[in-house]
Amino acid sequence: MTLATQRGMRDPVAGGRFGSFGGRFVPESLIPACAALEEAFRDAWTDPGFRQQLDLFRAVHAGRPTALTPAWNLSAELGITLLLKREDLAHTGSHKINNVLGQALLARRMGKTRLIAETGAGQHGVAAATAAALFGLRATVYMGERDIERQALNVFRMNLLGADVVPVTTGSRTLKDATNEAMRQWVANVDDTHFCLGSVAGPHPYPWMVREFQRVIGDEARRQVAAELPAGVPDVVVACVGGGSNAAGTFAGFADTGARLIGVEAAGGAAMTDGTVGVVHGSRSLVLQNAEGQIAEAHSIAAGLDYPGIGPEHAHLGESGRAQYVTVTDDEVLTALKRLARTEGIICALESAHAVAWVMRAAGTDELPHGSTVLLTLSGRGDKDMAQLQVAS
Amino acid sequence: MTLRLGTGRPLLVPFLTGGVTAGWTDYLLAYQEAGADAIEVGLPFSDPMLDGTTIQQASDQALTRGATVDAILHELTAIRGRLRVPIIVMAYANLVLKVGIERLARAGVSGLIVSDLPLEESAELESAAAAAGIDMILLAAPVTPDDRLRQICHRSQGFVYAVSVMGVTGERTTLAPEAEALARRAKLLLAEPAASVFHAGSRDGADPVQRLPVLIGFGVSTPEQAAVAGRAGDGVVVGAALMRRVLDGASPADLRREVGALRAALDQGVSTATPYAEISGDRR
Ligand SMILES: Cc1ncc(COP(=O)(O)O)c(C=O)c1O
Repeated sequence: MTLATQRGMRDPVAGGRFGSFGGRFVPESLIPACAALEEAFRDAWTDPGFRQQLDLFRAVHAGRPTALTPAWNLSAELGITLLLKREDLAHTGSHKINNVLGQALLARRMGKTRLIAETGAGQHGVAAATAAALFGLRATVYMGERDIERQALNVFRMNLLGADVVPVTTGSRTLKDATNEAMRQWVANVDDTHFCLGSVAGPHPYPWMVREFQRVIGDEARRQVAAELPAGVPDVVVACVGGGSNAAGTFAGFADTGARLIGVEAAGGAAMTDGTVGVVHGSRSLVLQNAEGQIAEAHSIAAGLDYPGIGPEHAHLGESGRAQYVTVTDDEVLTALKRLARTEGIICALESAHAVAWVMRAAGTDELPHGSTVLLTLSGRGDKDMAQLQVAS
Repeated sequence: MTLRLGTGRPLLVPFLTGGVTAGWTDYLLAYQEAGADAIEVGLPFSDPMLDGTTIQQASDQALTRGATVDAILHELTAIRGRLRVPIIVMAYANLVLKVGIERLARAGVSGLIVSDLPLEESAELESAAAAAGIDMILLAAPVTPDDRLRQICHRSQGFVYAVSVMGVTGERTTLAPEAEALARRAKLLLAEPAASVFHAGSRDGADPVQRLPVLIGFGVSTPEQAAVAGRAGDGVVVGAALMRRVLDGASPADLRREVGALRAALDQGVSTATPYAEISGDRR
């Protein structure tokens, strides 16, 4: 076995395990639905017709491939070569569209007529509502009451796209509670409804399926970077991590290379750094919780990173040492967002600014010595965050 | 575990969220006095993804007033001497993995139901439970195919928990029609000689070999529904309907009357209740 295949991000083993993480911790009522979804995904993913169809919609609807932008000015300031994978330029303004186009096509192939989704920042909800509109599916999006207040603009966008947005008023009234509610609704409506989960979390096959739908980020970037860098591969690949879908999709393109993989979490929602092993939302992974196993609330300036858990494959990549996970603070994030805007003319999402903040902090240190080449996935654009930034500055 | 068929009457297992009020254990004693055959104690969890509004609220209320798993188990231990009926803990996997099965056994718990631990994930806990002398009660759903249901019947201990609806816990105006079909399938599979699914009594070993009972739970809301479910299965679990009364401030004495009414309806069987076919039309 070559080093490359040893290091690659492989399909999960039986039962949906990545090492000791993953699995399918769901009520018996959902077992047949998870099994049917796994089978349908396996079938679709090996069907060239499905792949062609998905590629077509990615191109003509979502605007893929997204650009690779050398951040010339910031690179010069930091003494590194920084390349930005521009998921902020994808339709709906973030990488979330990659996943929902795949899931909506799959749902249609399975004969489902309705999508339900959970959302925090609203980016996944907007993407799900978009795919539903495109493919003639009904959509219901569950969103914590607190997030509805924080992300009013995205609620309006979802409504405009024809989706119902249902406030979730229980628990901490944020993303984790919206996810619980979507699961409950899935149990009750499993016949005609597909649960369009937004990150690499949840029961098998979601962590694997969502990574595969997002790997288009990494696969495109791998080709684009090869044309840009003499070495063909960057020294470091970095992405922000909430549940971990944009990072998983990015890493998937580089896991079989020698590139260092860095996931950046919000200091107030760092499951990799501060979490312990637990079972939440259908899989075994690392999660913020107290000693008795009550799940904690995450706190981040970026609503999309306000999630106490992390996808099981990241827990595995971290444990095996293939990827490294770091944290940045809200202040560092605000500074990074502004500096990227001034130097490159790009206003990125608060989530994405986490990755930028780490690069700015690490550049010139042992972590990221001068002369390093870096691929950074800019997961989304900042429009949704303007009201929040006005308050913060 | 001492739940067994042959008492000549359908089994009644009422549910209470542990720590829901300061004096929550008084409700357990009231349930016992009203004729419960066993009592299910739910451990409150921050993320109850299989529970409807009522039990979510009960869980929230318990956690908000500072209830912890540890305190709940201590309080259970404290009334152990006054409880003659077995205590079954119902919990989500994350809490069980944290608290550990031995801790439950030390608190005198006889049975365990884990809502989000399907067959594929439960083997480890099943052996730990066996070692600790706790019965693992497995859940079956209306969509569970026969081959899976056979395994569930094989591996479940104490009873087989037939989830009556495709949905979460919570009151319903009628008993879901799927409930009877599921209970019937489970009973047939349990009676299969090939499956040899027998319950030999895990405590004293002296019990006659018997078929495991099938209890219908989720959404059983009224004495009438309980009577119907009690005939379709071998008994019922009643949760949300009781918890709503507790949340509304009903006293242990009030709950004793509620559970007493369920007991009476179950014991009288269908004679005083609406026949199943007539109430199974619409689901909500
Ligand atoms: C722009 C953006 N980036 C990142 C995330 C975090 O998700 P993930 O870690 O799954 O990529 C979100 C989630 O809402 C987002 O909107």
